[in-house]
Amino acid sequence: MINGMIVDKSYQAVTGRKGEIINRAMGVDYSKYERDGIVFDYEALMNDTGYTLEDHIRIQRRYNVGNTPIFELHNLTALARKCAAPGKGARIFVKDEASNPAGSFKERRAAASVYHAKKMGYKGVIAATSGNYGAAVASQAAMQGLKCIIVQECYDSKASGQPEIIEKARKCEALGAEVLQLSVGPELFYEVLMMLEETGYFNASLYSAFGVGGVETLGWELGHQFMERYGRHPDVVVCANAGGGNLTGTARGLKKAGCEARVVAASVDLTGLSMASDEQFNRKSFTTAHTGFGVPYATDPDHSDVPRSAARPLRYMDRYVTIKQGEVFYITEALATLEGMEKGPAGNTSLAAAFSLAQEMDRDQIIVAQETEYTGAGKHIQPQLVFARANGIEMLFGDPQTEVPGVNIVFPAAPSLLKARDAGLDRMRASLIRRQATRATGPITAADVRYLAEETNSGEAYVREVLKKLGY
Amino acid sequence: MAKKNDWVRIHRNVLEPEQRTGKLPEDTRKVPLEMWVKGRLQNDSAEIGDEVTITTCVGRAEHGTLIEVNPCYELNYGTFVPEILTMEEQLRAALFGGDEA
Repeated sequence: MINGMIVDKSYQAVTGRKGEIINRAMGVDYSKYERDGIVFDYEALMNDTGYTLEDHIRIQRRYNVGNTPIFELHNLTALARKCAAPGKGARIFVKDEASNPAGSFKERRAAASVYHAKKMGYKGVIAATSGNYGAAVASQAAMQGLKCIIVQECYDSKASGQPEIIEKARKCEALGAEVLQLSVGPELFYEVLMMLEETGYFNASLYSAFGVGGVETLGWELGHQFMERYGRHPDVVVCANAGGGNLTGTARGLKKAGCEARVVAASVDLTGLSMASDEQFNRKSFTTAHTGFGVPYATDPDHSDVPRSAARPLRYMDRYVTIKQGEVFYITEALATLEGMEKGPAGNTSLAAAFSLAQEMDRDQIIVAQETEYTGAGKHIQPQLVFARANGIEMLFGDPQTEVPGVNIVFPAAPSLLKARDAGLDRMRASLIRRQATRATGPITAADVRYLAEETNSGEAYVREVLKKLGY
Repeated sequence: MAKKNDWVRIHRNVLEPEQRTGKLPEDTRKVPLEMWVKGRLQNDSAEIGDEVTITTCVGRAEHGTLIEVNPCYELNYGTFVPEILTMEEQLRAALFGGDEA
């Protein structure tokens, strides 16, 4: 009931009210960023939050977020150099985001959302997430005194759940949140809309400008930390890529720090597994930072729980690589056994890529994996591998290139076999251009082309060429 | 048996298979969208399997089938995985045990 009226809660009725529900649950009217043709004013959306980078830094300091250390990984660097050609093997660093209060960089995304929700008078926040973001929102809500509901996709139809996700449910509850768990399916967003409508809480979307703006502090810190300690900026920063907010925010922050490092996206290769499949849900060992989110969200950012996503990774990506599940588990073990740091596997996606990419770079260069995440029972290499085996996944040592997602996990038979593979950035750019072009109601204009060049971090000539090939 | 204000876990189907959206793989379309949530029992008493009402920790009312009383987590670090030990040995040997990587 809303204002005494019976509310139709059918799927069609609720999703039909999406625009007004989101408007009320965020105080953002996304329609005002739409321009002529297919153009949408991204910078206006980002600048309209009322929070500058300095504001985000102030809010994060107040709520104990960020300012995480950078560590040089001397032994992993030495191992990479053993695998590389003479003179090759950049210095490998990691930014220890696990030292945030709830254990991941996601708290940078949560801080301003919760702060803003409180300022606007909302009594609580809701977030749809099976990942670290839930713990981050719950932690910030606890600190800032708001109620919190986390909606998780958690179980298959046999009520069997990924140990990593169940651990996150535990953590969210430990931090005072209500955790609503669902079985597999994209109707998660329908449930979230119903909850927003019922509670009147704020939609702490992963894809809001508050959230993505909050990650800018990570890139900004990186730029300044390297300048202060080494008198130079890093050459390459590797960001794990799923929904795109991590890469987008980090890259924007690096630019604001005057750092021109190349930004590389890395996703765990889960090619062939359907993310909406009940039977395949528990045949994967990574529940985030994988291609099942990374590729669709990069090429079509606007299919989340907000009309226009602030996470637009193709705008900032210089390269996109994939890495196999067996390789990320392997580097997780390497980080523990060679560097004395035990961290959660999913947070080491960018580190696995960095270990390989370092071997293409000169010794005097610097590459940074920009995150780690906390580890614990369930969210750890051992229970995740036990779960994989129980779900019929074979484990072997060999060339990880031969790994088939959902069938086996192939650990490198030697460290030199760990290889980041190019994911086909040009193909993704073309895919984004095609998707957006099909939304045009008239001929593609010069303004549309300019917009598509920005959206794909390319040039107008590049966009025109792609459009020509597509028959425009 | 559970009594009023006990901490319990309930289950409910949010969408039956025929109510699910069209953009689903075949296997997912055949099963309902299910929900699990915890809260304090509002019925005076109930048995496992009864339809009940609860109040969640944020004060929200929910209803569904009672499936657990005093629910707990039983997460652990799993049983022994020999491959992990092999990786450790291989990594130490690769870095410290000679020139072959």
